[in-house]
Amino acid sequence: MSGALREPWRSLRRQREAAAFGTWIFLGSEAMLFAGLILAFAVMRALHPAGFILAGRETEVALGTANTAILLTSSLTMAVAAEAARADLRRATLWGIGLTLALGAAFLAVKGFEWSSDLEKHLFPGEGFALAEPSAHIFFALYWIMTSLHAMHMLGGMGVVAWLGWQAWRGDRPLQSPAFEAAALYWHLVDIVWIVLYPLLYLGGRAP
Amino acid sequence: MRRGLGEDVPRTLSAILQHVLPVWLALLALLGASLALAYAPLHGLNGVVSLGIAAMKAILVAVFFMNLRRPDPLLRLAGGASLIWMSFLFALTFADLAARAPETQPQAGQGTGSEPPMRQPF
Repeated sequence: MSGALREPWRSLRRQREAAAFGTWIFLGSEAMLFAGLILAFAVMRALHPAGFILAGRETEVALGTANTAILLTSSLTMAVAAEAARADLRRATLWGIGLTLALGAAFLAVKGFEWSSDLEKHLFPGEGFALAEPSAHIFFALYWIMTSLHAMHMLGGMGVVAWLGWQAWRGDRPLQSPAFEAAALYWHLVDIVWIVLYPLLYLGGRAP
Repeated sequence: MRRGLGEDVPRTLSAILQHVLPVWLALLALLGASLALAYAPLHGLNGVVSLGIAAMKAILVAVFFMNLRRPDPLLRLAGGASLIWMSFLFALTFADLAARAPETQPQAGQGTGSEPPMRQPF
């Protein structure tokens, strides 16, 4: 228990709650950032249903589904890492963190293949865009903004998780530190954002 | 043993896995269901169904992985506040969109009379 407790908290429990509270406030601002984009998507979809259905059929549903499964699994390993750190289980913490980083890297790799396939199919809005429907431009503008912003959040999350993993590995940070749980909260929010993006970007217009 | 702010946390790896593995399996099952239902002919309800499943997945992650199941009112309040602000954002925007549609939206004039051109939003 010793080592993790910092000023001004009198107990680790209070410190942990404060760290989680601060993280939740930050997550609220993150959620509003993505909510603005999702709102723009929802409004445009309401105004241009035909173009959005047409454009939605062009995204790579297999890669998007694989990435959703990868990210859901990374949330599992991150949750295990955070709980294991709290229970002072060093090996399980390090394994959880390592698997989370590997799954995060796998997500970004699949995303990279998907983006390059999108570019080959001329699905980047602008000159030579593949779809004639004007509102398909809007769909793909939002697709590129939302997926790249989400990927940046993945990179940021992986940076934080890798840093904590390094500290845990070296023994610089006690496993009781609330930082593991705070990083896990952030990771799960990035997962939730993807959970919402998945039906919007990949499942629209698939039904006959 | 349940004390104060939910300090009854699992202490062994197997106890931790017992907590989280069923959640993960449920998440993957929901993912499969949402993919399959996206291809089923649901007469325009596909969007609603896929977003409903996404909401269920998000709730599972928030409650079990983000620990909102622990009885900590401060954290539940902080998480719930974001939801309330986002619901204002969507409700007010769509109220505005629905109320103004006939005059100022792109499809004005193409409709069939006084019906606003708004269709099923999702």
